[in-house]
Amino acid sequence: MKFGILVNEGPYQHQASDTAYQFTKAALAQGHEIFRVFFYHDGVYNATSISAPPQDDRNVAQQWADLAEEHNLDLVVCVAAALRRGILDEEQAQKSSNTTYNLETKEGNGFRISGLGQLLEAGIQADRLVTFGD
Amino acid sequence: MAILHTVNKSPFERNALASCLRLSKAGSAILFIEDGVYAAMSGSRFADDISAAIADRKVYVLGPDMEARGVAGKIIDGITVVDYNGFVDLVAENDSVQAWL
Repeated sequence: MKFGILVNEGPYQHQASDTAYQFTKAALAQGHEIFRVFFYHDGVYNATSISAPPQDDRNVAQQWADLAEEHNLDLVVCVAAALRRGILDEEQAQKSSNTTYNLETKEGNGFRISGLGQLLEAGIQADRLVTFGD
Repeated sequence: MAILHTVNKSPFERNALASCLRLSKAGSAILFIEDGVYAAMSGSRFADDISAAIADRKVYVLGPDMEARGVAGKIIDGITVVDYNGFVDLVAENDSVQAWL
């Protein structure tokens, strides 16, 4: 079965991203397909490449990127939500005249920035859309 | 159409559980996750509402979240404990998922 996942909360503040991650991992292990994971609102903070939690704590952003790399997942970050919160890829940094960018792209295997249409498409194309938030 | 309802808020903090119980139909499934697992505790002032719901709806609690909050062993009779695989199965078995945030 094809699942779409929506994450509306950032890491550490709320359990939503952890629950979504564990759910996604279990679904993949069962042989289900993850059509897309969409990060919206504060959920875009899950896409930062410069998060540096203590060594004995999980790195939520990195966990998502690693899972994406392993299973070729489509991790999409809402562009408007991301730009507001200072989550930029190289292209968006150039457009907004910023010298740095911080989206975890894992050389094409991590997150990508796109529009809300990607969430609608996930709702249409996936058999189930599961929302995690606060 | 069978719907899986997820509740992730403590009933002592927010009204998500009350909304879910009021609006979910007979035959649907309700899963408590995150702080929502406090609703599954026996002896609380919400226990009667949950027991009433169990009569015509299937009620589940996510085991890892239940254990993390010390609620294990204090669960209302008739509630089924599931792990993340069980969560995935519930999503697959039902036609859609409603998250009561």
